[in-house]
Amino acid sequence: MITALLLFWPALAGVLVLFIKGQNAKRAAFGAAVVEFVIALYAMLQYQPNAQVQFQYFQPWIENFGINFAIGMDGISLLLVFLTTFLVPLIILSSFPHSYKNPNVFYALILFMQMGLIGVFTAFDAFLFYFFWEVALIPIYFISAVWGGERRIPITFKFFIYTIFGSLFMLVGFVYLYFQTPGAHTSDINAFYQLSLDTTQQSWIFWFLFIAFAIKMPVFPFHTWQPDTYTESPTQATMLLSGIMLKMGIYGVIRWLLPIVPQGVSQWDGLVLVLSIIGIVYGSIIAIRQRDLKRLVAYSSIGHVGLIAAGIFTLTEHGMQGGIIQMLSHGINVVGLFFIIDIIYRRTHTRDIKNLGGITQTTPALSIFFMILLLGTVALPLTNGFVGEFLLLSGVFQYNNWMGAIAGTTIILSAVYMLRMFQGVMFGEQNANTVTFRDVTGTEAAVLIPLVIMVFWIGLHPNTFLSLTEPAVGHLLGIINR
Amino acid sequence: MNSIILLTSFGILNLFIGFSKSKKIIMPLVLLFLAIVFVVNLIGWNDTQTYFERMLTIDNFAIAFTGVVVLTTILVLPFAQRYVDQQDESLAEYFSLLLFSLVGAIMMVAYENLLMLFVGIEILSISMYVLAGSDKKNLKSNEAGLKYFLMGSFATGILLFGIVLIYGATGTFYISEISSAATAQSNNELTSPLLGMGLLFTLIGISFKVSVAPFHFWTPDVYEGTPTFFMAFMSTVVKAAGFAGFYKLMSVSFAGAQDIWFPTLIAMTVVTLAIGNIGAVAQNSFKRMMAYSSISHAGYLMIALLSFNDRSENAILFYSLAYSVSTVAALGILKIVADQRDDVSYNAFNGLGRTNPLLAAVMAISMCSLGGIPLTGGFFGKLFIFSAALEQDLLWLIILAILMAAVGFYYYFRVIIAMYMREPSGERVQVSALASFALIFMTVLTFVLGIAPGLLSNIL
Repeated sequence: MITALLLFWPALAGVLVLFIKGQNAKRAAFGAAVVEFVIALYAMLQYQPNAQVQFQYFQPWIENFGINFAIGMDGISLLLVFLTTFLVPLIILSSFPHSYKNPNVFYALILFMQMGLIGVFTAFDAFLFYFFWEVALIPIYFISAVWGGERRIPITFKFFIYTIFGSLFMLVGFVYLYFQTPGAHTSDINAFYQLSLDTTQQSWIFWFLFIAFAIKMPVFPFHTWQPDTYTESPTQATMLLSGIMLKMGIYGVIRWLLPIVPQGVSQWDGLVLVLSIIGIVYGSIIAIRQRDLKRLVAYSSIGHVGLIAAGIFTLTEHGMQGGIIQMLSHGINVVGLFFIIDIIYRRTHTRDIKNLGGITQTTPALSIFFMILLLGTVALPLTNGFVGEFLLLSGVFQYNNWMGAIAGTTIILSAVYMLRMFQGVMFGEQNANTVTFRDVTGTEAAVLIPLVIMVFWIGLHPNTFLSLTEPAVGHLLGIINR
Repeated sequence: MNSIILLTSFGILNLFIGFSKSKKIIMPLVLLFLAIVFVVNLIGWNDTQTYFERMLTIDNFAIAFTGVVVLTTILVLPFAQRYVDQQDESLAEYFSLLLFSLVGAIMMVAYENLLMLFVGIEILSISMYVLAGSDKKNLKSNEAGLKYFLMGSFATGILLFGIVLIYGATGTFYISEISSAATAQSNNELTSPLLGMGLLFTLIGISFKVSVAPFHFWTPDVYEGTPTFFMAFMSTVVKAAGFAGFYKLMSVSFAGAQDIWFPTLIAMTVVTLAIGNIGAVAQNSFKRMMAYSSISHAGYLMIALLSFNDRSENAILFYSLAYSVSTVAALGILKIVADQRDDVSYNAFNGLGRTNPLLAAVMAISMCSLGGIPLTGGFFGKLFIFSAALEQDLLWLIILAILMAAVGFYYYFRVIIAMYMREPSGERVQVSALASFALIFMTVLTFVLGIAPGLLSNIL
């Protein structure tokens, strides 16, 4: 029941927000998102740490097709629901200094998107999963395309066509699997787990599903939509895309790809690892050369996601657990970084490193927040990034030493581009753009403080979250290695 | 049968009402007529009746498709408001022709005898020839009417020739008897080359009517010239009834000879999907795009027809309904907008999201449904068709269809971009209350089909 509440509350709230005129819509949306977070926290307290799918809600949907409205949460789902419900209020709060036109539609779309995301993370029926997968895409497309920057129309269009193209393949994969289920067909996830497909079939299905997930993450070479879209979208959409939506792809791999076609995975995992590791190095090196802050973080995101993908495809417990905890950490860090970039852009109207500098001189608080989030991204010990990247790299090393070594360069490279960014933006001489820079306001601090707390919480006591997902990961690995 | 009698008498009655001075009562009356027909039609559910020496069978299949075409017509009518406002001389005639053509559509879905199929197609087509050219002072409309008439009657001739050849080979017009005569001696082989010829000609005739490539060439030109109001009717009712009739012919008469026609139809499907979708991309006129879109949807419906199993009927029914509702909504909005902005290109929709949020929202939802995005009926339409085809191991055809569906998003979303992301190109567009109501109803119906497809997915 809690899951259904988590799913339908944002939708209901979104509809209500549509009817609120003016800037009050943002307050209403924020309130709704906080309520959602409280529900998620309640679910986390009620959760029993075992591999069972809990809080199940089951309702036949299209009975004669065996398609059910089956939702529930295990540890992995719960963690991602936590991430979503934690970030959405902060993303809404981060928009308070902006005054977007048609605010009611803007905030309603954010809440609709939240429903889609929660649905993706809690669906245990293939068609339901696909359904929410697309439902999450439509609002974010509109947010980016209507409220975005100058070149938004062609760029978001490319993003939309690209991702929907991938997901259509996933649909075919699901329909194919559906017809492999015995007896009266069903699209229940456990029926998919129990299929006995031969290697050729698995190999095909692997690609049908993988393309959809790879475009969403994005894994090299399916990443070409990503930097432009992140740059041209309004900050809130960039946060939603990078903080949460990208996790849909990784979650899809963990839940819907690895356990269903383990043999297909074992055929192609080498290639996927190579692609992911190319993505790590490629994304990081390009990030070093960027002058636009948003683009820089966008490319760094390709690098970090590459490492998560590589870790998960090693099919080791370290890799999986690391990937899951890193999803949480990356979501928190990247949202924080994009918010700081937004603060800088709002005050100076530029995101070009060359036109910035000397901001530390007037902003002690902002500098500290920025530094902490940055160190989290660079994976300094005691911050959240360290836990995830350490586990991930350990997973990749177990798979292959050479790959581990190359993937390990991410830590050095990310330090290079991140510190270069910090140096260029925060240190150095003040100039006309930055001489009157104000420190963070109360609202801005209200967004940054929870993020920074999470950076340290995960860094100092990762077990809060690792123990949450451990049984579920063990269960999935059991299915994969069957 | 009752619906045929009712439609005919209402049509004639309506012609007499046309003599009255007040044209205002015609539209409400016709809507009332159609509502009566819709209800009367559904009353016969689960009660199979045969008429005229078994030449017509009103079974659930016929009733379901009759329901679809009558409902579509009811939804099209509110967009005739402008004809009413302008006191158009021929209003009663237009509406009567629509009612008569529905009789043809019903015969096409209920036939048991090839002559009935032919008569049904003719009744439907002749009305359409007239309506295509009904904008008498517009050169394009004249061209459309003439083109449709010349090519259409040629195609009907070929169809008739095919029917005669089938009769020559089997000695019967009844589709069930053709089936036993056609494959009497051995499986998957026609008894005579004459029959093969007849089948081929019949295929050509019907393919022309439902605009399946390579017999689609008339579609863009004719649809473009036809007044938008009648295009909404043509591209939905003719297609739904045509595919129902097509499916019935293939499944009853030539099921045993699947190996003969399967390669031909599969090639036609591939070509239809490609031409429909790729052709639509190149268009700058929204109306012409919708014409190509109707070709591409004929391609998807062909996939359902080809898969030829117990899922096909339901898939065709569901898809026709979802397609018809969204197409009527889109063309209805085009008519409203084009009447006031005098433009049928994508630019006519610029900034509609700001000037007319309701129209823009309905249009966006219709486009999502035509593209096949979840939460709308179009998604389940595609899903059911793909399910039917995958059960038949047509995986490669599905992959092609998926690629084409991705192309489809390109042209459907261009109008969404124009509506929400460009500056308004004109004043607020006036919409009549009735049309608004119809648009909202269609949106609700699209969502109902997209959220609770179980209501309709297995009724046949």
